[in-house]
Amino acid sequence: MNAIPKRHVVHLIARHAESTLWLARYVERIENLARILDVTNTFARDADDTRNWLSVPRINGDLEEFNKRHEVATQRSVGSFYLLDTTNTTSVQSFIIAARENARMLRALISTEMWLQLNVFYGWIRALDAEHTSPEHFTATCNMLKDGAQLHTGITEGTFYRDQAWHFYMIGRYLERADQTTRLLDTRFHSLVPQPEVGDGIDAGQWNALLRAAAGYHAYRREHPDGYNPQEVACFLLANRAFPRSVGLNLGRIERHLSQLRTTYGLRGMSGALERLDQLTGTMTYQNVTELASRDLSPFLDYVQREIGALHQDIVETFAG
Amino acid sequence: MPVGAASQSQIQSLLQPHGTMQGYDPGAYFCEMLRPGQPTHPTLTLLMSRLAALPIASLRQRAADAETDLLERGITFTVYSDATAIDRILPFDLIPRVITPAEWRQIETGVTQRVRALNMFLQDVYHERKILKDKIVPAELVLKNAGYCEAMVGFKVPFDTYVHVCGTDIVRDETGEFRVLEDNARTPSGVAYVVENRHMSLRVMSDLMTGLRVRSVDEYGLRLHNAMAEIAPTTVSDPQVVVLSPGIFNSAYFEHVFLAREMGVPLVEGRDLTVEGGKVWMRTTAGLAAVHTIYRRISDDFLDPDAFNPESTLGVAGLIEAWRKGAVAIANAVGTGVADDKAIYAYMPRIIRYYLSEEPILKNVDTRICGEADALAYTLDHLAELVVKPVAESGGYGLLIGPHASKQELENFRVLLKADPSNYISQPTLKLSVSPTLCDEGVRPRHVDLRPFAVTGKDTWVLPGGLTRVALKAGTLVVNSSQGGGSKDTWVLA
Repeated sequence: MNAIPKRHVVHLIARHAESTLWLARYVERIENLARILDVTNTFARDADDTRNWLSVPRINGDLEEFNKRHEVATQRSVGSFYLLDTTNTTSVQSFIIAARENARMLRALISTEMWLQLNVFYGWIRALDAEHTSPEHFTATCNMLKDGAQLHTGITEGTFYRDQAWHFYMIGRYLERADQTTRLLDTRFHSLVPQPEVGDGIDAGQWNALLRAAAGYHAYRREHPDGYNPQEVACFLLANRAFPRSVGLNLGRIERHLSQLRTTYGLRGMSGALERLDQLTGTMTYQNVTELASRDLSPFLDYVQREIGALHQDIVETFAG
Repeated sequence: MPVGAASQSQIQSLLQPHGTMQGYDPGAYFCEMLRPGQPTHPTLTLLMSRLAALPIASLRQRAADAETDLLERGITFTVYSDATAIDRILPFDLIPRVITPAEWRQIETGVTQRVRALNMFLQDVYHERKILKDKIVPAELVLKNAGYCEAMVGFKVPFDTYVHVCGTDIVRDETGEFRVLEDNARTPSGVAYVVENRHMSLRVMSDLMTGLRVRSVDEYGLRLHNAMAEIAPTTVSDPQVVVLSPGIFNSAYFEHVFLAREMGVPLVEGRDLTVEGGKVWMRTTAGLAAVHTIYRRISDDFLDPDAFNPESTLGVAGLIEAWRKGAVAIANAVGTGVADDKAIYAYMPRIIRYYLSEEPILKNVDTRICGEADALAYTLDHLAELVVKPVAESGGYGLLIGPHASKQELENFRVLLKADPSNYISQPTLKLSVSPTLCDEGVRPRHVDLRPFAVTGKDTWVLPGGLTRVALKAGTLVVNSSQGGGSKDTWVLA
């Protein structure tokens, strides 16, 4: 049963558990943000350019901060806000600084290859300048950011020793993915659902953009070749258990890692977190999501976001408090 | 053997076939590569011919690769200014410093002897004080020393080992004689660079190293862990060792990471530890877990706010009390600073003779204790050639560098010295040995020192290697990283 021979007990410092969680979350945030920027850039093609770029600070809950710094939302201003601005806590600059700082704390624990790549990635991001946000380089910059984050993910998969720290790392990654997908859906879904009284039909381009921002476009097409249906998109992003970034799949993964921490490492006190997780997972069914999406998904998505935040808190307080 | 006119031609003949080292001339300094007057070693000869065959452009390319590599790997120390944090590397010079087996035997036995004497001295100072009663070392020099720790009086440490990790700074004079410059007996740093520099050599100079029998430095973590386990409370069968660091903002943080990783133990900060029920615990995901040995990289003052500096947030309240009760081991012990002090240094040869009835295997830099009549007379006669240092606690203040002083300064100092001779020691100005180093103008001689690392639990083990620091600026003797110093891989030949 035991994957790790128990010659002696290897403890994990509580503070390090929290750091691994954050390391995973910050790198995941870089990937998500880069994808959203790229999709916004590529699909912001209608006449009202402003509206589309503003959607990025909206998804990230940054409207207020963004408006303080910029008058209009353009590729330049949004690019600068998210790619260059170290005073913006949700920029890739802030994310990589935080990721590297957590990695530094964990440096004796993570693989040297993880550290090396993250350190180089850090150097590259820190050197980004206005040139990188220009129209000629914007897509390439976003792609490099995604590549760097995905390289981290791959190196982690291949080199990070799978004891306690790895489980916490994976929980962090899945919490972040669940959170990001929920956020994305929350800000875009409502505006995309055709209003019966207006009756202008489905805007396929916008649904494409939403799914691309979640890295789910092709998978969705495969599952639903006949077109878009708001309930089906909601189900795909929330309840589908094959889509890597669906909330349901990620909650399931968190549950698995928490259980392993309990059974393999004898960690106690997680019943609160597991119960919360269990309830939340229970809502991620096709039936439930279809029903909610046909009325108003917003209150539900707010609830999901709150619960994901609370889950993170539960875990931190239980093990790292 | 001093480098006279005869051996100059010997050096030139050695240099001729070596293209890469064209224009290299160590002058009057002892060269660690050419080593005039010393028996040749086949590995050294082979290394020199390989180096010579290497075009200088290739050396430069490798040096550039090494620099990038160090930065990317984050083998750096962080320099903080107002708003920025800059990661700096310790510059790496890729031409190794070589130590022959015979030289190493002297260093190894000499360092071991010195560590033994330091530990016996500390044991004595904190217990019977025989050496003070016998007036070998003046009592006030010890008891009023800033490194002296009252809390250590009467406290027995396992194996009477106080200095578990010692980094002895050794230089080589113009005759090729090794001399100890300083005993670092508190929390000496640099061992991570010993190992990382070797890894770097293996990466960028692998063709040069092929077949050369260089002793491995890979054992350090294992040896250190074993020593840390030896000193743990004897009631524990599988002791938990931790490395205690001030945290990521400490400039030596990389080394703390290295030590934890190489020993396979948690890297903790003060906030991760707590003292409860007289024992020391670390906060883990599974609750409190017992800690048995702390290899601390925090200085005495900050270790325990209850015992020392109450303002310290880096330490652990109650730690010293738990230590004194035998619940935990701390390495190095508190209060070792009294043994590696500048003032005590002058007495080290006598301390060695006193406890071991042996002659020091490694000499001190000739140091005269001006409180003694002969020494004072010599110092006054040779003032213009000597460095004279006050030994009072406020070290550094009132230093005279004879060769750089004006006539008036010399006369003024003469008055000071005569008024309070026992406050001064004098030393000749050092002519540190040099090692071929890649510089802008080619391969040139640069001054080096050596810091071997000795690990002591029950017994002492010396890592076969060491940190060779090199003064990269021409003419300067200062090897410190803060002042343009770099480092080299140190090859102890098998």
